[in-house]
Amino acid sequence: MARVIVDVMLKPEIHDPQGEAVLSASHRLGFGNVTGVRQGKRFELDIDGPAGEAALARAEELARELLANPVIEEFSLSFAE
Amino acid sequence: MTFPGSLDDQDAARAVRYAGAEPVPLWHADRDLRGVDAVILPGGFSYGDYLRCGAIARFSPVMGSLVPAARAGLPVLGICNGFQILCEAHLLPGALTRNAALRFIHRDVRLDVVNAGTAWTSGYAAGQSLTVPLKSGEGAYAADPETLDELERAGRVVVRYAQAAPNGSARDIAGICSAEGNIVGLMPHPEHAIDPLTGPSADGLGFFTSIVGAFAGAGAAR
Repeated sequence: MARVIVDVMLKPEIHDPQGEAVLSASHRLGFGNVTGVRQGKRFELDIDGPAGEAALARAEELARELLANPVIEEFSLSFAE
Repeated sequence: MTFPGSLDDQDAARAVRYAGAEPVPLWHADRDLRGVDAVILPGGFSYGDYLRCGAIARFSPVMGSLVPAARAGLPVLGICNGFQILCEAHLLPGALTRNAALRFIHRDVRLDVVNAGTAWTSGYAAGQSLTVPLKSGEGAYAADPETLDELERAGRVVVRYAQAAPNGSARDIAGICSAEGNIVGLMPHPEHAIDPLTGPSADGLGFFTSIVGAFAGAGAAR
């Protein structure tokens, strides 16, 4: 069994009002040195078979097709530790 | 069309009746389009807006029939969540993102008709002003600059917010259409503005009389 992590983030040029709201809440809580927040999503996929290229390729296909919207989001893949 | 979580399917059906046509209920799990002349994807929160608005609805069985039919010319109107579904299904370019000020916006907005040549707006005049409700939390239209330029160049911006877009939509875009003009998506709700008794105006009725008129004309010619 391979566990693949898919991190999905809004593209840098896409406005992230949720991240901004978290940033301003951070400041209200006294975390004044936090200067930027972007919010994303993390998916953990369990895929049959070994943690190799094939599992990564399947995860990438799924990320492209469903987990991320390539118009506004980008994603990265990694194996769970 | 009704998906689990659709809210405005009944108002869309009522608007079709007001326009003088017969609404035919379609169900997300049924691949059969029942021989309809046009399809309306209504507002709401299909599949609870899980993952992204419209992202799950895109894979429902009926979309397997609707996507090729729309590509072949079937008129389709997507309102609010319906617009989000059309973008997720790649029938329209771009995406709808969270409102710039995060708040859910529910108020009447003024729209300018930019393209009165689509199947759904032929009853309007270009430049006509419409007052219809906007009610959405993820209504900010986003696309890359090349796509936005192309939409404007090709006349595919169908309606614009008359004042600055309250949700942060790129270039104040409220609705767009496919290259052929048969597929139209917009965030505001024309189906809630078909009778001054129940809405801010009757300005939205034109979307429905436009499409009914197109078929009435075709029927008379046959």
